[in-house]
Amino acid sequence: MKKFGVKHIVATGIGAALFFVLGRFVAIPSGIPNTNISIQYGLLAFISAVFGPIAGLLSGLIGHFFIDFSFGWGIWWSWVIASAICGGLIGLLTSKLKIEEGEFDKGSIVKFNFFQLVSQLVSWAVIAPVLDIVMYGEPVNKVFIQGLVSAGVNIVTTAVVGTLLCIAYAASIPKKGSLKEED
Amino acid sequence: MNNIFNYIDKPSPIHRLSGATKFICLMLWSFAAMSTYDTRMLAGLVIFGVVLFRVGNIRIKEVSFVFGFMAFFLVVNTVMLYVFAPHHGSEIYGTSTVLFGSGRFSVTAEQLFYQLNYTLKFFATIPVVLLFVSTTNPSEFAASLNKIGIKYSVAYSVALALRYIPDIQSQYRDISQASQARGIEMSKKASFIDRLKAASDILIPLILTSVDRIEVISNAMELRCFGKNKKRTWYTERPFTPADIIAMVLCGLLIALSTWLTCLNGGRYYNPFK
Repeated sequence: MKKFGVKHIVATGIGAALFFVLGRFVAIPSGIPNTNISIQYGLLAFISAVFGPIAGLLSGLIGHFFIDFSFGWGIWWSWVIASAICGGLIGLLTSKLKIEEGEFDKGSIVKFNFFQLVSQLVSWAVIAPVLDIVMYGEPVNKVFIQGLVSAGVNIVTTAVVGTLLCIAYAASIPKKGSLKEED
Repeated sequence: MNNIFNYIDKPSPIHRLSGATKFICLMLWSFAAMSTYDTRMLAGLVIFGVVLFRVGNIRIKEVSFVFGFMAFFLVVNTVMLYVFAPHHGSEIYGTSTVLFGSGRFSVTAEQLFYQLNYTLKFFATIPVVLLFVSTTNPSEFAASLNKIGIKYSVAYSVALALRYIPDIQSQYRDISQASQARGIEMSKKASFIDRLKAASDILIPLILTSVDRIEVISNAMELRCFGKNKKRTWYTERPFTPADIIAMVLCGLLIALSTWLTCLNGGRYYNPFK
């Protein structure tokens, strides 16, 4: 596990701010009226993979809390918690990847996407609906269909946005041992 | 920065409560409203919430922005509840009184009652959340988190997020306009995957500059020895007053009431059909 230092505190804050801005103000119309695609989970996966599970968990929690907060429609705790768990899980699973050292090859892309798929399935198709049932007493099939649809959408957006972000970030970092002494 | 969260600075008893109090009250209130499905309690919470709203000196006009989202959210949820589980009410209350119609989508009194409760639950929390949003200064909110026992590094992350939301927003706008000027299509004309890719094209510069920003801020903080001590002070922190204690006790009583009703009803639901 990566140590949670000053850098991670800052990353959490900036991650939450980015999550909020993307979730609240950046909407990609999906074609279905009034339904927008949220790309903030791609960002969340990136933050978790680079800065570790705690930063991911807190960014998801704070960012999602602020989104609900700014809409003013009440805080939907079941989904806020699911966002936090999603960030935390991706962070835990991807802790072996070394994106922050500039390594993100084909194998890492596959691993990253597999891990984000698992984490998002757990968060949206299991945790969010179960919490909806426990907390709000909603009917089972409604919440599971909602959960599966969001899991599907979020997995696809993360696969595109998250992967591209990781590639771009890894490419911007000079690799270890990339400098050689001249003879 | 305050206008994103719709903070309205006015003199009122609610504004004078400390941020920590309001946060604790919000938690207790939403937990109470979440745990019960008792119609009487929910109706009471709705009325109490509206009264508090008046005390907070916030006019409906000032929060009217929220009604559009709210109506949409409520309508979608009501329709989905009915479409996916038209007999959820009968399952809960154990009886089935068909009012009209037949087959899967017949309308039962139990279902209508369940959906009424569901809507009430929604309206029981909205006034309080709106009140919290409009009467709590966001920076004070971050400071108050530390006060209620959350580690100050986490509270500081919240404060940082609040500080950088406007910056990131304006940066996003700049990058988005620059790439649109260069012909990146983000409207409905492009296909779904293309739109996602276009969004990532904006995101990449945004995130990479943000990562640089993380570097700069954390260096600055480390230079100032952030995190060396166990405690820190907050500029916007306020001490608790008797009014704070009263508010917290009142909201604590709501939890007690909801628990008591749960025991009394033998479950979360108040059943008038027995």
